[in-house]
Amino acid sequence: MTLLAIDWTLLIEKLVLIAVIITASLVIAMYATYGERKVAAILQDRVGPNRAGPFGLLQPLADGMKLFFKEEIIPNTSNKLLFVLGPCLAMLTAMMTSAVIPWGNEIHFTLFGADRHIPLQIADINIGVLFIFGVVSTGVYGIMIGGWASNNKFSLMAAMRGASQVISYELAMGLSFIALLMLTGSLSMKTIVEQQVHGHWNIIYQPLGFLIFLICAFAECNRAPFDLPEAENELNFGYHQEYSSMKLGFYLFAEYINMFISSVIMATLYFGGYDVPFLNEANLPVNIAALIGVVALLVKAFIFIFIFMWVRWTLPRFRYDQLMNLGWKSLIPLALVNMFITGAVILWRQG
Amino acid sequence: MQPLTKKVKQLERKPMTLLERIYLPSIFKGMAITFSHIFKKVPTIRYPEEKRPFAKVFRGLQVLNRDEEGRERCTACGLCALACPAEAITMEAAERQRGEENLYREEKYAAKYEINMLRCIFCGLCEEACPKDAIYLSETFAPANYKRKGFIYGKEDLLIPDPLTQPEEYEKAKGERAPATH
Repeated sequence: MTLLAIDWTLLIEKLVLIAVIITASLVIAMYATYGERKVAAILQDRVGPNRAGPFGLLQPLADGMKLFFKEEIIPNTSNKLLFVLGPCLAMLTAMMTSAVIPWGNEIHFTLFGADRHIPLQIADINIGVLFIFGVVSTGVYGIMIGGWASNNKFSLMAAMRGASQVISYELAMGLSFIALLMLTGSLSMKTIVEQQVHGHWNIIYQPLGFLIFLICAFAECNRAPFDLPEAENELNFGYHQEYSSMKLGFYLFAEYINMFISSVIMATLYFGGYDVPFLNEANLPVNIAALIGVVALLVKAFIFIFIFMWVRWTLPRFRYDQLMNLGWKSLIPLALVNMFITGAVILWRQG
Repeated sequence: MQPLTKKVKQLERKPMTLLERIYLPSIFKGMAITFSHIFKKVPTIRYPEEKRPFAKVFRGLQVLNRDEEGRERCTACGLCALACPAEAITMEAAERQRGEENLYREEKYAAKYEINMLRCIFCGLCEEACPKDAIYLSETFAPANYKRKGFIYGKEDLLIPDPLTQPEEYEKAKGERAPATH
């Protein structure tokens, strides 16, 4: 029976944590749609949604309900299985990345006489960042499959664009991250954050690396100015042209979840994660420190989400060749140079 | 080739400098511009709650006027219908009976008076044509309606409230542009 001796409390803890994190990211993504419209409106001297509820706060619910009530259309010529699989995959990969992110330090409480220390992270795997890279690059399958299964030229073209874009920018992103990796010496997100809690934030050591990472994150999320896969005016919304109802909703939603998750990742890797600057968490009670940490991380993430939106409503879309030029001829060499400089400095410091 | 106009301007296309090729300065400049718009005043008028103030000379919905004793001024002479370039006004005249002197100012009155607001161009010629100051254009406009029928305004829609029995409503409906009663 020892084989089946599962730590049930651990299992329940993790399940609760997963439920909380998924719900939280869904709600945040939901309100990111509202935030996007409000930010767009404010940047353009408009009012934005203000009819549903006070300040239009119920707008995302109304939007979601509308999507649910729409007719579900699967085109005759499409590949039925893949057509349904596309949005599912997009949503799944968007949600999966949140597993390795340390949302806060551990919380501590006593339940049924047993002391529990619960780290606010679903899985502290030692290749955390690699996991994220892997899952994020799987995200392009959502676009690819959706575009392929729709069986029309525009969608296919959009899927092709999306795939090549994500692959090109993945490289620069990985390279810019290698420089960071050489500094931290660890792939575990938790270790990276803890180093920043005790030392300085990585942005001080890696400003160029962060800039490259940020640009690549825009491209990975298919956000403007890199929103070529869904270019409304060229490709009729690209890969989700044939989609309707909640399948479309999944695609749109996955974009916002991706945006949220990549904001969190940037905050974690370069801006100290759940660390609050000039505050010594060790002096505070454990649970309060953890709570402050979570709030700090979310605030950082929201600032990044705002930057995402701000950039979207400022910059026009890249042309496709410009996009590829930027990726291959500028960002990758720049990331390589950054990597070499970092390596050289590390070697020089070691003597 | 000879230029067709004198306005031809020769453009000089210089290759971009390094700073321009990095794009980042101009990107930040653009982002500063959009950011500055956060602090700008929103010019939106939130319509049903907030209404745009009209000019003094605004010509809106017609009002059929009463005199100070609350009698209808209109005598159904038909001059407004004649003056109307859009042919929006129709009316039927009737003779005032004994005992109706408190209702109608003259011996003849409009039993039916209709303006089709879909035809009306709000030119104000009816107001100019009227010899009795019985019709004038107010500061409001015809609200939206689901049916065409809803835009044919009858006497009950156009007539101003009685100043004797409903003084408050009368003052509200009168507006700034009512001709002086005499």
